[in-house]
Amino acid sequence: MTNQEKVSGDGKRKWNWRIWSGFLLAVAVVPGYILFLARFPITRNTPWASWLMFAAAGGLLWTGIRRAFANPEVYRGKVVGPILAVLSLGAVALFAFATLYASRQLPAAAGAPAVGDKAPEFALADTNGRMLALSMLLSEPMPGMQAGKPRGVLLVFYRGYW
Amino acid sequence: MSELEQRGVRPVAISVDSPEESAALCEKAGYTYTFLSDPKAEVIRRYHLLHQGAGVDGKDIARPAEFLVDTSGVVRWRNLTEDFRVRATPEDVLKGAQLLP
Repeated sequence: MTNQEKVSGDGKRKWNWRIWSGFLLAVAVVPGYILFLARFPITRNTPWASWLMFAAAGGLLWTGIRRAFANPEVYRGKVVGPILAVLSLGAVALFAFATLYASRQLPAAAGAPAVGDKAPEFALADTNGRMLALSMLLSEPMPGMQAGKPRGVLLVFYRGYW
Repeated sequence: MSELEQRGVRPVAISVDSPEESAALCEKAGYTYTFLSDPKAEVIRRYHLLHQGAGVDGKDIARPAEFLVDTSGVVRWRNLTEDFRVRATPEDVLKGAQLLP
């Protein structure tokens, strides 16, 4: 017999914790990125930490499924294992799609003001409903303790808060 | 951001969010700088930054971009990210601020 494993005392097959922990780790990657890792540029811009989590999940699933097929009399998981592996691949596909494709689908903005161009004038409402014009932002003293005019304005166009 | 302000650069954030939505964001994140509301994306269009239908419920929003404008109204530095997950760091902007007269 090449089977080195011992069946547990009551003859029941062992729970295959590897396939379940691999699956849970894979499923945790997307919320882990959105809720935590995306806050830091080092793990947001190129999400190496998330891909490491997927690799670890893959390792757990692989060794767990291998056990289930090599020693089915000892380990459960011959059916559940592959199912969890396919679901985990779904999580990988979702994450890859979102971070390698979807977030890059931005219009080229070919006509946007370039270095050396005049920035188009505008007047928009601030959070208090007060209308502020670009010319005013460039000439009025900055709010707060700063005395004197600003040297410049940084316009930050962003997608919005949702 | 306060290092930017120390260098005399006034940050101004612009999106299609309403003043109320921006006020909620500022309160939650502790931002103190100026947030402007462009609900019909008129200024966003003027700057050629429109991203049609990309917002929640198919709203038109801005694609992310930053412009450093000097006191004569001329653009001295800009950042047009190719990936909305990747944003300019304060250090990038400070380097750009050295280009201000």
